[in-house]
Amino acid sequence: MARALETVATLGVTTTGRARRRDWNGVIAHGILVAAVAVLAFPLYYAFVISTQSVGEVSSLPPKLYPSTSLLDNYAQAWERARMGRMLVNSAVMAVAIAVGKIAISLLSAFAIVYFNFRGKQLVFWMIFVTLMLPVPVRIVSTYNVITIMGWVDTYWGLTIPLMASATGTFLFRQFYQTIPDSLAEAAQLDGAGPLRFLWSILLPLSKANVAALFVILFVYGWNEYLWPLMVTNTPDMRTAVIGIEALVPRSGSQLPEWNIIMAAAIIVLLPPVAVIIVMQRWFVKGLIETEK
Amino acid sequence: MKRTVFRNRWLPYALVAPQVAITVVFFFWPALDSVRLSLYRASPFGDRLIYVGLANFERLLADEAYRRSAVTSFVFSFFVTVVGLALALLLASLANARIRGLGVYRSLLLWPYGIAPAIAGIIWLFIFHPSYGVLPYLLSFVTAYQFNWFLKGWVAMTLIVVAAVWKQFGYNLAFYLAGLQAIESSVIEAASVDGAGPIRRFFAIVFPLLSPVTFFLFTLNMTFAFFDTFGLVHSVTQGGPGDATSIMVYRAWKDGFEGLQLGYSAAQSVILMLVVMLLTAMQFRYAEKKVTY
Repeated sequence: MARALETVATLGVTTTGRARRRDWNGVIAHGILVAAVAVLAFPLYYAFVISTQSVGEVSSLPPKLYPSTSLLDNYAQAWERARMGRMLVNSAVMAVAIAVGKIAISLLSAFAIVYFNFRGKQLVFWMIFVTLMLPVPVRIVSTYNVITIMGWVDTYWGLTIPLMASATGTFLFRQFYQTIPDSLAEAAQLDGAGPLRFLWSILLPLSKANVAALFVILFVYGWNEYLWPLMVTNTPDMRTAVIGIEALVPRSGSQLPEWNIIMAAAIIVLLPPVAVIIVMQRWFVKGLIETEK
Repeated sequence: MKRTVFRNRWLPYALVAPQVAITVVFFFWPALDSVRLSLYRASPFGDRLIYVGLANFERLLADEAYRRSAVTSFVFSFFVTVVGLALALLLASLANARIRGLGVYRSLLLWPYGIAPAIAGIIWLFIFHPSYGVLPYLLSFVTAYQFNWFLKGWVAMTLIVVAAVWKQFGYNLAFYLAGLQAIESSVIEAASVDGAGPIRRFFAIVFPLLSPVTFFLFTLNMTFAFFDTFGLVHSVTQGGPGDATSIMVYRAWKDGFEGLQLGYSAAQSVILMLVVMLLTAMQFRYAEKKVTY
């Protein structure tokens, strides 16, 4: 499967640049793709439009599909009411800590597994593998109990450390290290470099692309994680942005339908991970494929 | 297999220590504890646990509502995965010409992947909003039927399916487009010379050649639909109306955290574990068979 996916890895960049006759097929294809892109973009556009309108405009029929003038007001309100500053910091801490932590931890264990022989290696490998089958939803209550016992409820420790084990990351680096010629490590040994020196000065620089790819995927994962922060945080101060928004949604008819504020908040919260994907797109695609092999 | 080149008695253990520690404390311990808890029930005052054997499981299997939530989960996952992929494949095949600027389309298609399911849900919640949303408004010109997801289970289900499909769609489409571009056009031309029509060509050549991409996307979407959509349900429908959108993960969380039925929730976790094992086993069986040409 991996090989087939590699051909896909380029996601079409293989198309030759040579000019082609613009035939009808091409026009139809572009038409379909433009339509798909437009349909896909509409909800986001709509959310943005709503976030620029006043409450009156939002609740009027027919719905207005063009921006209005309340943009700054709404974003300021959303920022204040949802305590967005604090929540965004929490989300950023969670996303970055999980991404960096997972990468560091899996880099080290993959290094141990590939470059050392030690008793219990099979067991360790097997243990890491089994974590694939134990996502958070399958151990809800018990994991919460463990966090309580450790006194990690409402702490950054609780938000980040338990999610740092990574089978996919370990397998990714293991696979990559195995493609690195043995002669490199032998040469390093001849030069008197120890294993840690070899890891730091040779393996790590070679792993840059994989680290970047994994970082994008894990950042998005950490930022968007929902069940975990919902479980391990209780105080508003420790909530992350994604779960904080839910509190703004009116659940009964008596609440003001301030959808403009909610949409403003939604746009603020979705921007960082989407921006990371767009800016680091090449790594993102690599990461998607590598982590699923 | 790599020749092991470094010798050190304790270093490999130090390298795998963080990974193993997190795995044991936050994966194995809670998983085993879930299994243990599933055999108990909290006493009426919640101060101690009473051993009940398999009673929780018997109760689950007899529980009409639980069976409904299992069906709901499968219906939801089926629609998100199968409909989502079929739509992406259809569109990709229709647009299958040698297209210039595919890289641009890729950028325009991949960004929704970065949006948290919960946020995607909230945006669609507003689009579906019975009083203000643009969709019920447009539908009101066509039919007098009230598309009110607050009241009608199937509309609520449609809402979360659409939100989930929306988030995954661009990504699925981008992979299919790339997969199609990787198919040699000479193969398809040869078939059309032999007199195969477009539909025949699709089922005899294109679809089999795309099977690795399809399989890759299938497992990815299935796992997503089953385990990463908790936030979508929690922030949008909260399982309702009634329990029309109460997927298994949501129910396990609700019974554990809101209902405080620890044993009952743990038993649900154990059942979910079996589902993950099934999915993982499936993934490996197919991966072995090499779903290729």
